[in-house]
Amino acid sequence: MQADFFARKRKNSLGFFGILVAITVGAIVITEYDIVKGFESLPRAVTWALGNFYPTQESLVKFPDILSSLIETLLVSIAATSIGAVFALFFAIMGSNTTRVNAFFGSISRVIATLFRNIDVAAWALILLFSFGQSSLTGYFALFFGSFGFLTRAFVETIDEVSGGSVEALRATGANYASIIFQSVIPSSVPQMLSWVLFMIETNIRSATLIGLLTGSGIGFTFNLYYKSLNYDIASLVVVTIIVSILLIESISNYVRRVIL
Amino acid sequence: MDVNEQVVSGEQMLKEQSSKPIKIKLLTKSTIAIRITLLALAFLTVYAFFSFDYKEIDFGEAMLATFANIKAMFFEAHFNHFTFTHALYQVLITLGLAFLTTIFGAVIAVFLGLLAAENLTSKRVSAGIKGIVAFIRAVPTVLWVLIFAVAAGLGSVAAVIGMTFHSVSYLVKAYSESFEELDNGVIEALQSSGASFWQIIFQAVIPSSLTYMISWTFLRFEINFAVAVAMGAAAGAGGIGFDMFMASNFYLDIREIGTITYFILAIAILLEVFATKFKKKLRVNG
Repeated sequence: MQADFFARKRKNSLGFFGILVAITVGAIVITEYDIVKGFESLPRAVTWALGNFYPTQESLVKFPDILSSLIETLLVSIAATSIGAVFALFFAIMGSNTTRVNAFFGSISRVIATLFRNIDVAAWALILLFSFGQSSLTGYFALFFGSFGFLTRAFVETIDEVSGGSVEALRATGANYASIIFQSVIPSSVPQMLSWVLFMIETNIRSATLIGLLTGSGIGFTFNLYYKSLNYDIASLVVVTIIVSILLIESISNYVRRVIL
Repeated sequence: MDVNEQVVSGEQMLKEQSSKPIKIKLLTKSTIAIRITLLALAFLTVYAFFSFDYKEIDFGEAMLATFANIKAMFFEAHFNHFTFTHALYQVLITLGLAFLTTIFGAVIAVFLGLLAAENLTSKRVSAGIKGIVAFIRAVPTVLWVLIFAVAAGLGSVAAVIGMTFHSVSYLVKAYSESFEELDNGVIEALQSSGASFWQIIFQAVIPSSLTYMISWTFLRFEINFAVAVAMGAAAGAGGIGFDMFMASNFYLDIREIGTITYFILAIAILLEVFATKFKKKLRVNG
């Protein structure tokens, strides 16, 4: 009996690993990934980075320019996240099972959020590029759509988790819909929601770099400019400023999270 | 008489209350923090809208154009520069990039995660690994890919290695947190019975957090698919993202972007449905 159990367990895990290995081999073939080159290029990248990829005295001249485009990117991501959060709050209240008005609106708002969430921000950026061109608005709307979709899902889960009992209790006392939402649901889920918003801002700053590369605005464009013209010292200064700003924002939001949760 | 007096005093009490409202909401540290954060976000948002570089874009016109574009994209999607089979093959390439990245990331992250878990190693090693991982996470994925592209050339090698960096840092955080949830008594019991370090790892630590690890890894696979699309567009990694970039920047064909978007949406939703089913099954078995 026991031997049988272990034999079956071993067979199961062997089968699982076999499938994984098969898919890995398939993926290597289809993507034309060169394993030898992969291992080989790692030390080469490190030696190259140590030799070329660091800021020098001359690159500091460009620092004010880099800083201004970094601030632009930061502002775009913060604005997109907070406006996205406002819309997401509305859609989450409509979409959550505990607070929705009726099943019809509930499923509509869920479907809209799913659509927005599953189209990647890079795809949104390429779509919006047609009408908004190389302005900050392209990045803003791309991030806004992505944040809206993600935050709606997160907020729905928060509302379901936090306010199931209290909504029922308030409904039993005869409170109307508006007071249930504003007196119970929103106040009790604000800390959780704020934590999600802070997480989204962190994610958006990274995505904003990518969008900047694609659409030619903000810090991503600045990096691309110096990277493509082989000015690696200035490009590395851009990377350093991005790292510093992200770590700074992460520590601020970690502090806020510790206080509010 | 007595009753009347009481009524009067009751009214007086009400008056006193209305002139001097009772403080119901206590200003705790957390409510102050919430208010300051909300105010700061609101202020920064308003400031951002004033500081945007609008480049003389007529907002209303651009909005209308976007709606027209989105309509054309989704309702008049067509194939122009490639066929259905080509698109399917490119989607497979993107999925392959995501899969390779996730597998490499997961294997490396298991070992680093064990080192980063405070209950399995010393505090100093754990803090060191966590610091390095936070640093890796702070650099956007696209920059990792581009930095590696200088040494390895643009293509799948640079893309997979660059994306693996980010996956590793993400999974190390997730894995080490689930390792740390393991009860210390289990480890002590095994140690006192003479089990070696690797026996503890493979018989107690990994089996007890396997469910978490699988669901985090699958979540990362979903993220990596989106990242692989983006890397195809921004860093020449190939796959469906590259076709999308060409359709947007060279052919200026919004309808073809619509087709590609349908492909990406279909895969993303498929993965999400699969993940939900998979998690339910894991929860039943676990």
